[in-house]
Amino acid sequence: MDAIRTLTSTAAPLPLPNIDTDQIIPKQFLKRIERTGYGDFLFYDWRRIQDGPNAGQPNPEFVLNKPEHKGAKILIAEKNFGCGSSREHAAWAIQQFGFSAVIAPSFADIFFSNAGKNGIILVRLTDEQVQTLLSRSTANPNHTITIDLEQQTVKDDQGLHAHFDIDPFRKYCLLNGLDDIGLTLRHADALDSYEQKHDAAFWLAPKSDALVTATPETR
Amino acid sequence: MSQPQTLFEKVWQQHVVVEPEGEPTILYIDLHLVHEVTSPQAFDGLRMAGRKLRRPDRHIATVDHNVPTTSAQDRLVIADQISARQVNALRSNCAAFGIEFFDVQDASQGIVHMIGPELGATKPGTTIVCGDSHTSTHGAFGALAFGIGTSEVEHVMATQTLPQSKPKTFRINVEGKLPHGVTAKDIILEIIGRIGTDGATGYVVEYAGSAIRALSMEERMTICNMSIEAGARAGMIAADETTFAYLKGRRFAPKGAAWDEAVAHWRTMHTDEGAHFDREMTIDAAELAPNVTWGTSPGMVTRVDAMVPSIEDARSEADRKSFARALEYMDLKPGIRIEDIAVDRVFIGSCTNARISDLRAAAAVVKGHHVATSVRAMVVPGSQLVKKQAEEEGLDHIFRAAGFEWREPGCSMCLGMNPDILQPGERCASTSNRNFEGRQGRGGRTHLLSPAMAAAAAVTGHLTDIRKWPLAAKPAATEPALAQGGAR
Ligand code: SF4
Repeated sequence: MDAIRTLTSTAAPLPLPNIDTDQIIPKQFLKRIERTGYGDFLFYDWRRIQDGPNAGQPNPEFVLNKPEHKGAKILIAEKNFGCGSSREHAAWAIQQFGFSAVIAPSFADIFFSNAGKNGIILVRLTDEQVQTLLSRSTANPNHTITIDLEQQTVKDDQGLHAHFDIDPFRKYCLLNGLDDIGLTLRHADALDSYEQKHDAAFWLAPKSDALVTATPETR
Repeated sequence: MSQPQTLFEKVWQQHVVVEPEGEPTILYIDLHLVHEVTSPQAFDGLRMAGRKLRRPDRHIATVDHNVPTTSAQDRLVIADQISARQVNALRSNCAAFGIEFFDVQDASQGIVHMIGPELGATKPGTTIVCGDSHTSTHGAFGALAFGIGTSEVEHVMATQTLPQSKPKTFRINVEGKLPHGVTAKDIILEIIGRIGTDGATGYVVEYAGSAIRALSMEERMTICNMSIEAGARAGMIAADETTFAYLKGRRFAPKGAAWDEAVAHWRTMHTDEGAHFDREMTIDAAELAPNVTWGTSPGMVTRVDAMVPSIEDARSEADRKSFARALEYMDLKPGIRIEDIAVDRVFIGSCTNARISDLRAAAAVVKGHHVATSVRAMVVPGSQLVKKQAEEEGLDHIFRAAGFEWREPGCSMCLGMNPDILQPGERCASTSNRNFEGRQGRGGRTHLLSPAMAAAAAVTGHLTDIRKWPLAAKPAATEPALAQGGAR
């Protein structure tokens, strides 16, 4: 994944809490076996008119369809963003649509992890700060925000200056674009010796039938 | 005397491979469950990096999300080409990497969270993951079980571990006796309603108390299943005699002397007296009523004898906004009685409530009645084993005679990745776990409730308080007999 240090961009405001991964990418797009090509399906149902003669046409009211928000690399939403299903397709869709960061007061656990694996910066600010950014981006599509990952700050062109917390290891991985599996495999020796001992704990093995014939002494 | 520990801490500690300074803990994973939707990109990732599957014996795979439930034939040749491609990808990946795979017509096929317990692969004290958020279901056995994304699936495949930061702990005690007509589903809906859909974010929840201990394994699974709907990383219930009785004799359970030794270890896996939790809460079971969701998030829930809430009932500004949006989406007006809400569809299924005891409870309600003419209702058993058991008990006849469709096992209309979906504007009483906008089909409206309540709604054509039902007897809290329950 690509490393990002700072990001300066306009933002797309989505002033709703509890935006779930079913909304971020509806199920019909989870049938694909590829890892790419999800950007067009981001918020698929919200981006289209649902009823009436124009059903299926792009909904001009939805923020991602507004030309003035085109090219925004930052998405702003309310609390508990990404709740629901574990589908990593949600993170892929957000990234492939063109977002590099999401700002919200809180994120659901699995989405938080998935976003990290894909190098998306998730910034947790206070409710108040998020409301400020939401209203500024809504009022002025040119409202520009700078996220500095190294400094852990968010600033905008209207004087907001906020600090955000991030786990130091997650920050390190984002800054360096590291491969998680590679990081774990640095501990291959520890893993080998742990596994050897752990295998003896047959009551933790998913398939104990393989061990049925062994007596407790020989196991 | 060592420090008293919680159940979670014991499981965590026994699975720590290494705790690198300033980095997440590397946690060993005992069992990885695989299904067709979230695995293809992970297998591809392994291939691209030239990595091997570290421990094929610690993975079990099945197909559930995509498979049609109409007929055995429709499952063998899936008409939807994209679904077929995904199912075929899992078939060939399992063959290539040596993973045991329970294919569509296998006697052990079913929703991934049903077959783990049925096979006896889900065990107390273990760590279990799956690329699916409802992996929390397996916590009912005292396992630490949680959903992961596809990158993490690949990580587990390559290393049999996951880097994890330690969650906080939250104990929810449910004490006392449940009133007549109130089920495990109502307990968990109550909890989500009280703490909110992000109320347990960052926590592992342990469910404890006399009302929890009195539950059968199937009921415990219903509770742990929906932990994720409260935002929890995982939900857990300590293993006890009920757990051991359920597991004994199942295909992947230890046998003979090994069984006794296993049980001796499992008995140590409980929260010690005096152990510390970061948060704790107690609920009085006697106060509970059957619950129904009215909105578009599982936290938007109320008692069946209540009314659709008004926007003023919301607890915060953010909630007010989502209440307004939910009422509009659900086409409901504040103040109307929940029982006056008419439904078009009824879905009895999903990894929350499609086990044999759920089907028995629903069948007991519909027996001798007929589905209302305005309603289309279906029962989708969660697994082949449940379907077989139900058919042996004649439940399929009861459902069919009452006008229900009787289907093949799978996720079905829980998320509608297969052809089972709601049409725009249709309203459904559903025993599943999510009522998000469009979850069961674009524009569809979902009310979550217990199996008995779903059955009653099918008969009356509207949401119905099961406590008034003349025929609603609480089904015996027994487990399926062993011969039908997973041993081969
Ligand atoms: S039944 Fe529903 S919740 Fe359960 S695994 Fe299938 S889609 Fe997910």
